[in-house]
Amino acid sequence: MSLTHYLVVSAILFSISVIGIVINRKNVITLLMCIELMLLAVNTNFIAFSRYLDDATGQIFVFFILTVAAAEAAIGLAILVVLFRTHRNIDVADLKGLKG
Amino acid sequence: MNIEVLVFYFFAAITIIAAIGVISVKNSVQAVLCLVLTFFSAAALWLLLEAEFLAITLILVYVGAVMVLFLFVVMMLDVDFAALRQGFVKHLPIGLLLGFGLFGAIYWVIRFEIFGSEKVPEPAKHEQGYSNVEELGRLLYGEYFYPFEIAGVILLVAIIAAISLTFRGRRERKGQSVREQHRVLKEERLKIVSMKSEPIKQGDDA
Repeated sequence: MSLTHYLVVSAILFSISVIGIVINRKNVITLLMCIELMLLAVNTNFIAFSRYLDDATGQIFVFFILTVAAAEAAIGLAILVVLFRTHRNIDVADLKGLKG
Repeated sequence: MNIEVLVFYFFAAITIIAAIGVISVKNSVQAVLCLVLTFFSAAALWLLLEAEFLAITLILVYVGAVMVLFLFVVMMLDVDFAALRQGFVKHLPIGLLLGFGLFGAIYWVIRFEIFGSEKVPEPAKHEQGYSNVEELGRLLYGEYFYPFEIAGVILLVAIIAAISLTFRGRRERKGQSVREQHRVLKEERLKIVSMKSEPIKQGDDA
């Protein structure tokens, strides 16, 4: 397996998540899941380069990305729950409370 | 065709099919389950890349914790998910255009002439006694110890933020009220009882 095989897989994953963000732009949960997919693609890139350049620092980076992604998912879902309690709806188009 | 190539194509296909499922299924619970499948097969790809510790971490942290959190939230919210899918077909052409354009651009950078096996040959497999955890631990607790501590602080901030955002109980604190402390009277705190003084008994002074 060459490096390009792994990079192509993660590029496909990244493109799929971009398509998902464009076509599901009303549902906040799907948007969050697409962001998780993007992070997975980036992490796969990091690990592939770490393997083929024989440098474990890339895996350290993935470790920190996983930490930040877990924090992001927890806070994002908490905001989502609060949003649903106040609006009874999670449509992105309805979120214009800060609009002047 | 050796077994490694077969395993790679098998799990890469599952990863991509499940990722397409995440963005296209109607039911949100099924979308989360597709995401779980994506993470599982991606972890298998990471195992092929000899990143054993991170593959296990992906399954434990993501499938075990984050995806369960997603499932709970999806099941808790009583949302009409069908109504949220309006515009799905309308935005599909531009989404596909954007996605294929992005993939073409990325592929032009990573194509086989640049990162193929002739240019970047696969390094030798690690020998039998190699420990991925030991190597990562040596880096993490040595060179990258300061970022590691910051990562801990980020997790603490996430815990506090998530709890304080969703906490719905009474928010009362055990603080002092200076006004009430000033208005206190002596009679409320001190009670003087008149009684006879008693003599100390011998041998009972313990």
